[in-house]
Amino acid sequence: MADLTGAGGTAGATGTASAASTTGTAGVITYREAVAEGIARELRRDPSVVCLGEDIAAAGGVFKTTAGLLAEFGKERIWDTPISEQAILGMAMGAAMTGMRPVAEIMFSDFFACCFDYLANEIPKMRYMTGGQVTVPLVVRTANGGGLGFGAQHSQAVENWTLAVPGLKIAAPSTPADVVGLMAAAIRSDDPVVFFEHKGLFASKGPAAPDGHVVELGRAAVAREGSDVTLVALAVTVPLALAAAEQLAAEGISAEVIDLRCLVPLDMAAVLTSVGRTSRLLIVEENPYQGGWGGTVASIVADEGFELLDAPVRRVAAACVPLPFADALEQQVIPTLDTVTEAVRRLAAY
Amino acid sequence: MTAVDPATSVVGAEELLGLYEQMAVIRRTEKAAHDLFLAGLVKGTTHLAAGHEAVAVGASAALRPDDYVFATYRGHHHAMARGATPEECLAELMSKSTGLCRAKGGSMHLTKASAGMLGSYAIVGAHLPMAAGAAWSARLRGTGQVAVAFFGDGATNIGAFHEALNLAAVWALPALFICENNLYMEYTPIGEVTAVAHPAADRAPAYGLPAEVIDGNDVVVVRDAVARAAERARGGRGPTILEALTYRHFGHSRTDPASYRPADEVEQWLSRDPLELARARLKASGVPDESVAAADSRAARRVEDAVAAAKAAPGPDPVDAFTDVWADGGSAWRT
Repeated sequence: MADLTGAGGTAGATGTASAASTTGTAGVITYREAVAEGIARELRRDPSVVCLGEDIAAAGGVFKTTAGLLAEFGKERIWDTPISEQAILGMAMGAAMTGMRPVAEIMFSDFFACCFDYLANEIPKMRYMTGGQVTVPLVVRTANGGGLGFGAQHSQAVENWTLAVPGLKIAAPSTPADVVGLMAAAIRSDDPVVFFEHKGLFASKGPAAPDGHVVELGRAAVAREGSDVTLVALAVTVPLALAAAEQLAAEGISAEVIDLRCLVPLDMAAVLTSVGRTSRLLIVEENPYQGGWGGTVASIVADEGFELLDAPVRRVAAACVPLPFADALEQQVIPTLDTVTEAVRRLAAY
Repeated sequence: MTAVDPATSVVGAEELLGLYEQMAVIRRTEKAAHDLFLAGLVKGTTHLAAGHEAVAVGASAALRPDDYVFATYRGHHHAMARGATPEECLAELMSKSTGLCRAKGGSMHLTKASAGMLGSYAIVGAHLPMAAGAAWSARLRGTGQVAVAFFGDGATNIGAFHEALNLAAVWALPALFICENNLYMEYTPIGEVTAVAHPAADRAPAYGLPAEVIDGNDVVVVRDAVARAAERARGGRGPTILEALTYRHFGHSRTDPASYRPADEVEQWLSRDPLELARARLKASGVPDESVAAADSRAARRVEDAVAAAKAAPGPDPVDAFTDVWADGGSAWRT
């Protein structure tokens, strides 16, 4: 795999940056740096935290999201593995059951398919099927999503794969501060957490997280307040929804943007509260429409929020085709500013 | 009378009688599980380990109480060898609240974490990386523990087996990989679908690991081999593969009559019953027949009592369906 630090736009000088160099509470950091920072903070506070994955140590990760960790924490905390996704997750599980808090990286979320037994049958079920005898406190980090032209096997948004499995918690932050805060909560969680880092956001920047920043799993954020339409978004679709809201404001449409931040626990109270204000709901998701997480959100709103609605619930999601390579084709498949703004206009006019 | 290998270590008569009695308890528990299945009191499926007792009991005799064991869906013997009672096991099979997993696991998932028995796994080969992970954890925590994965011959042809062996070798982890080679992956002879004669041991050179093929029906042979491998692992010299040759007394699962096995093969293996071999060792050690008979009686009574207790135990509380998804004890997934 080539060096992918340029993915998502400007590469930035993150390749050699120490994880320790981004601890300031002021200033701006990239989403990419926030990943290493979030992990580093937990490595510092808890000796049972240990990292493993392909190319994460000496190379600092193919996306440089673990840059600086080996230098600060050494080889007994940061472990390079072979290309063995089953061994990575299986070993993380065995270590988690015996007193460690492993943070395992699966390089691309598409590779979940190579180790799906652990995500579907082992990690989420062990506590339950032993009658509560064991806990599995681990984090599975992965680079998720499209927009970068990596083709059909390295571009998928697969958060819906994990949503289909009871027993996994799922985080997918959209800002650098949330990366740090949710990483803290995920690593401290006694439950297994799948942590989706979006490839399209690695180069994006935002305020650094304050010291001790923890974002509780399962708490959505109101990313922008509005009164006409609620846009529910996750990870890369949050900045997309915010851009759409900004554009639509000029047209006199006031859109509220809810950043779910997690799919499990799913903060439906936040969604229903917002829909109560706006009476219109558009769900913006990058995974395929067929089986996508928005279907779950929509079904709950239809069931529990029917009387709040003045219009049908709409979803903008990826088309049900494999992700094509060419930008011009990929833009046809995944949500874009144009598809989101057009959907909001139609919903507002309904 | 069956022959035993005189090259094995001296074993005390009292210890040997204890190992024999453990095996006798397992044998009778498996027979009880079979009968309870036929009577409709055990639902789903069972994969009985009658015939495999010496692997579990011999290995457990060589391990520390705080070592970790990971087993397969054919794992009743490993749960009991690590300290689970026949009653806990049978109650689990019978969907009772007093079962090892409170009736949420069943026959294929017997687990007794408090005894280091960290699960029975029903996806073939999945637990080998977990055992490697537990060994990695032991090394990181500096505890001197070892982790053992018991697996069938069929597991040697799945990717997780190879991924685990490679990584455990590269990191020199304190892990033991013990194959219970009973000659059949399920219904198909393992030799018909495997490129090498010894499905586990012959793969060891590919990972630079030491391996032994051992008599898995001789509890003393197993004990000694596991003791050597555990000593090696604790000494920082990495994993060992043991391939223990053994044989199922029942079929693969449920009511499988195993008619695919040649009669002469069955006869030959039944003549090397692990309990018979242990009795021969007891006789050679000068243990009186009456002592062996007394051990058999205690085992029989213990299992009879276990069956009665499991039958009398209450079923699960329906609300238990919604507990223990999360570490907080609950199953809430949304607000």
